[in-house]
Amino acid sequence: MNNALPRWVDYGLMPLISVIVAFVISGLVVLFVGESPVQAALLMAKGAFGSGYNIGFTLFYATTFIFTGLAVAVAFHAGLFNIGGEGQAYVGGLGVALVCLSLDSVFPWWITFPFAIIAGALFGALWAFIPAILQAKRGSHIVITTIMFNFIASALMVYLLAGPLQKSANLGPRSRDFAEGGQIPKLGGLFRPLGIDMGASPLNVSFALALIMALVVWIIIWRTRFGYEMRTLGISPRAARYAGMSEVRLVVLAMMLSGALAGMMALNPVMGDQARLQLDFVEGAGFVGIAVALMGRSHPAGIVPAAILFGGLYQGGSELAFDMPNITRDMIVLIQGLVILFAGAMGSLFTPAIVRLLTGVGVMPK
Amino acid sequence: METILQLLDLTVRSAVPLLLACLAGLYSERSGIVDIGLEGKMLGGAFAAAAAAAVTGSVWLGLLAGIFVSVLLALVHGFASITNKGNQIVSGVAINFIAAGAAALLGNAWFNQGGRTPQLQSEQRFNPIELPLAETLSSVPVLGPTYQQLISGHNLIAYFAFAMVPITWWVLFRTRFGLRLRAVGENPAAVDTAGISVSWARYRAVICCGILCGIAGAYLSIGVSAGFVKDMTAGRGFIALAALIFAKWRPVSAMWACLLFGFLGAIEIRYQGVALPVLGVVPVQLMQALPYILTVVLLAGFIGKAIPPRAGGVPYTKER
Repeated sequence: MNNALPRWVDYGLMPLISVIVAFVISGLVVLFVGESPVQAALLMAKGAFGSGYNIGFTLFYATTFIFTGLAVAVAFHAGLFNIGGEGQAYVGGLGVALVCLSLDSVFPWWITFPFAIIAGALFGALWAFIPAILQAKRGSHIVITTIMFNFIASALMVYLLAGPLQKSANLGPRSRDFAEGGQIPKLGGLFRPLGIDMGASPLNVSFALALIMALVVWIIIWRTRFGYEMRTLGISPRAARYAGMSEVRLVVLAMMLSGALAGMMALNPVMGDQARLQLDFVEGAGFVGIAVALMGRSHPAGIVPAAILFGGLYQGGSELAFDMPNITRDMIVLIQGLVILFAGAMGSLFTPAIVRLLTGVGVMPK
Repeated sequence: METILQLLDLTVRSAVPLLLACLAGLYSERSGIVDIGLEGKMLGGAFAAAAAAAVTGSVWLGLLAGIFVSVLLALVHGFASITNKGNQIVSGVAINFIAAGAAALLGNAWFNQGGRTPQLQSEQRFNPIELPLAETLSSVPVLGPTYQQLISGHNLIAYFAFAMVPITWWVLFRTRFGLRLRAVGENPAAVDTAGISVSWARYRAVICCGILCGIAGAYLSIGVSAGFVKDMTAGRGFIALAALIFAKWRPVSAMWACLLFGFLGAIEIRYQGVALPVLGVVPVQLMQALPYILTVVLLAGFIGKAIPPRAGGVPYTKER
């Protein structure tokens, strides 16, 4: 039945409806704890887009979510569910940090940055490689193995940050601060001519990289032979096998591309904001990527706005917590779960009603 | 002797929530509903149990509230994956976030303690039970202390969890309900042909899963701890999932797998930074990661092969 829907309904209206339903339910929860949902929504919108500074933060979070959203989407196209974005981003951060720690006092940022991109992508890809090869060669379920690898990554990083990479025990588990050469420039200055003052917001060059990667992913998936094969595998593994495509190669490459994108996410917080490697810098962004990819229907043109929406939720949510102490930032986790539920698992819930409505007003033929 | 007993006692304590969640997953997955939302259901159950126990002052109402919330979440998962034929993995992920977000949000709004629930009094919790004659027999060598320290002195939920192992085996392999449950997980079309509702069988399995997850959550928040703390399940739902795979979806093996993972947890707590014979000082993080590493190795087929129920993860559509 889904195929009968016009594209604008499938790609535009359906995700919108699922977000609205998620907001309405969250609004009921807000009402339940005795606050006004309308007031909360206004505060949140103001917190996300109310000033240049806030917009800067929103886009900073959005940068992270574009990377992780693209990572999940690429795997989706090959029929794989990569829940391991969280771990891949965490290990990607290790790659980024190792480059920064060794080059930061020797080279300027624009020499360090390309190496850091490669290292982040490589480490993320390698962390995705093991689950991928196990899925392709031995049939181990990739969902379970990537979940396990998230926990293994977390243990590994705690070990490294509290051990070999730690600067001093007083500062806790984190690396030393990077020198100039390990920090990428903020983008606030670019917006000043437009009359937007982003102040000290951490929006940085990796935002541009995220947009470029969205374009690259679009080209790979819809304009290359590899992308075509990947989508074939995702839609019908039997057809892919019959056409002589190598399932092992496709699964491994798709997962490594996915892991590389997740790994590049680390550039944003590690080089763009904190200028050091610290514990739990991913902060669940790998999982937000699932919601972003589902809402964006695995298309880069959908993922970028979805990531900005979630960036707004994260920034607006922390501002909201100041004004309404009753509503903590955990609200976002709830909204995120509801979006995943309605946009992902219950996607077909509203379809019959929409079809009836659209045929009723004559938009769709009977 | 003393140290070994303490270690084993700690093993049992760590294994109980894993065992309950693992058996919960067993019911669901044997019926063909893949459930990675065990973590969320446990967390929701833990929060509801502690909140209800704190407000009503009754440990039993707490337990009931925990079960109720967990079953509610299980039904959402059931609705998405059985009625709506949605993606079960996606739905499970959603359940985990909904539970984590709602528990922290409501906890903070209701009790104003940063997501914690108020400290529970002794009568609002499941307390350790002294089994009969434990004191009298403690002078008997070996068996006495074992009985007193290892077998006796756990709370009601712990005994319930271990009793559920043979009960689950009996239900699944010796009753009509169990036969149908396993059948819809292997070959739903055959069950449908026999005139039995696939959906209803799966819904019942999902409800069983919810009940056990709720009890597992209650064990954490009103059993071994005196209240709910944000994210208190700390990945136990996923370790239970790993144990389920490790046990190849069988109840008695599930108990051994949970005891093994519980033992790893106990060593991790007991021997932090202590040099072990032969191995030297093992990083605590390695011990933490070991259950996950073992599961990946198992999944890779290097130690036996884990074959899941055949219809797992596939929504059933009646042929027309």
